Amino acid sequence: MPNKQETTIDKTNASSNPFKNSRVSILNKIMPILLFLCAIVSVFTTIGIVITLLSETVNFFREIPIFDFLFGTKWSALIEPKQFGILPLLAGTLMITSIAIIVALPIGLASAIYLSEYAPDKVRRIVKPILEVLAGVPTIVYGYFAISIITPIIQFIFPSAGVYNALSAGIAVGIMIIPMICSLSEDAMSAVPRSLRDGAYALGATRFEVALKIVVPAAFSGIVSSAVLAFSRALGETMIVSLAAGSTPTLTFNPLDSIQTMTAYIVQVSLGDIAHGSIEYGSIFAVGMTLFVFTFLLNILAQYISRRFREEY
Amino acid sequence: MSTLIEAKDLNLFYTDFHALKNVNLTIPEKAVTAFIGPSGCGKSTLLRTLNRMNDMIAGTRIEGKLTISGTDIYSQEVDVETLRKKVGMVFQQPNPFPKSIYDNIAYGPRLHGIKSKQKLDEIVETSLKSAALWNEVKDHLKRSALSISGGQQQRLCIARALAVNPDILLMDEATSALDPISTLKIEELVQDLRDKYTIVMVTHNMHQAARVSNQTVFFLNGEVVEYDDTEKLFSNPEDQRTEDYISGRFG
Ligand SMILES: Nc1ncnc2c1ncn2[C@@H]1O[C@H](COP(=O)(O)OP(=O)(O)O)[C@@H](O)[C@H]1O
Ligand SMILES: [Mg+2]
Repeated sequence: MPNKQETTIDKTNASSNPFKNSRVSILNKIMPILLFLCAIVSVFTTIGIVITLLSETVNFFREIPIFDFLFGTKWSALIEPKQFGILPLLAGTLMITSIAIIVALPIGLASAIYLSEYAPDKVRRIVKPILEVLAGVPTIVYGYFAISIITPIIQFIFPSAGVYNALSAGIAVGIMIIPMICSLSEDAMSAVPRSLRDGAYALGATRFEVALKIVVPAAFSGIVSSAVLAFSRALGETMIVSLAAGSTPTLTFNPLDSIQTMTAYIVQVSLGDIAHGSIEYGSIFAVGMTLFVFTFLLNILAQYISRRFREEY
Repeated sequence: MSTLIEAKDLNLFYTDFHALKNVNLTIPEKAVTAFIGPSGCGKSTLLRTLNRMNDMIAGTRIEGKLTISGTDIYSQEVDVETLRKKVGMVFQQPNPFPKSIYDNIAYGPRLHGIKSKQKLDEIVETSLKSAALWNEVKDHLKRSALSISGGQQQRLCIARALAVNPDILLMDEATSALDPISTLKIEELVQDLRDKYTIVMVTHNMHQAARVSNQTVFFLNGEVVEYDDTEKLFSNPEDQRTEDYISGRFG
């Protein structure tokens, strides 16, 4: 009985409320639920991926001791005698990624500094959209670029270099991620308030000093995230590496050798006809898991770095 | 008082806009000169020509002559960075760098080649003392400059400007973003500094000009209408427009 009374009071209140808008209030109730469901979908997908990865990886480690996997120096998954030491693939991945970063970070940062601190407005307005388009070029294009242009140049300079070599692929991956580093770092630098630059100019700083000692430190966390994103792209890059670096898992530190990366191995095996549940099949999940853990650790490290050196403004 | 800065038939254009019209003006050494006038009349523009901050605005063109100690600062031989070292500036909004208090002050000296820690410590201390901030921050020089109050930040910016040992200090409405107590502190500071520095300040506040300046310049629509000893200008202006402005009839 008291319940009923309450509802009637509510109703009279509602109908006499001059600010009531039923359309908006329904929308306001539904919207958060909808958005929540969308969020849940992506969370569950991620969990699903991790679970699949994990269960197949665990199966794999039932047959191959984890120690052999982590510290083995020979990877030969498709040819007898089969050996599953991840180190050659890891070394290949690291070599490609390092070459790419060595190429891309200085060039990307320098061009970002140019765009944000030196370039006239007009140049910036033209170049920025081009960079964003470049970031969307299919990677196979860079792969062909590596084989048909970079490799011959490398072979001209170092006659000992093979047709497939890590250097060529690394440089191509580097070129691929330059626009990303440049564009994202430029965003971070442009976001640094004018007033900070003015403060430094007023003290007699040159343009270069302002860029290097005021803008870059203030934009540091944005620059680090751009580098990390680019690093992850390089880590995950498959097409260029498959095309230009060959498919020879070798534990080497010579960039002129042919190598294989983790991603290239996964693609190679997935494209062949291997039996579901076989050990080769399991190995791609183990390699995928390694890549996952690697990327994850990298992101944590990056977060630490950017927090440690952050300059709030 | 001898003249330090002199403008002769100075004209400034922002692309097509004629922002300063035939400005003729002298500014005395080791004194406070205030620029007053309604907003948009060119006070900041003239102030920024003194340390050539207008150079960075694309499309700016300058005609006429502007000398500091007899040197035309727009001539070829003048190095802008050296000029700005001699002509410090404090802005309307406090703009400390997102670094520690110490590094803010040391930024300028380091820029100009001072590396010795001991020398830097010394400069940081004297600059902060000159800006009447030392006692408030001496125990946490390593703290972020953004952690102190707005008024303290502005005094930090003054200290930062003093650290490179300028002759002239430009202040563009340096107190307009501050509360009355911080404003008062900065006004007192300006009084203390005028024995050592030539100070040119823009203010939208006539009373402030009357309180702290020795000479006042009245601007209207890009022209200098009148300039004179502050007391004389406020008590007995020569131009009717000045009279109207200071008696509050417009602006
Ligand atoms: N960068 C600029 N480009 C074009 N016009 C400007 C620029 N800066 C200022 N102006 C114009 O010049 C005039 C004077 O501006 P300013 O010197 O800032 O005035 P005040 O400081 O006296 O308020 C104003 O009309 C303003 O619109
Ligand atoms: Mg102004």
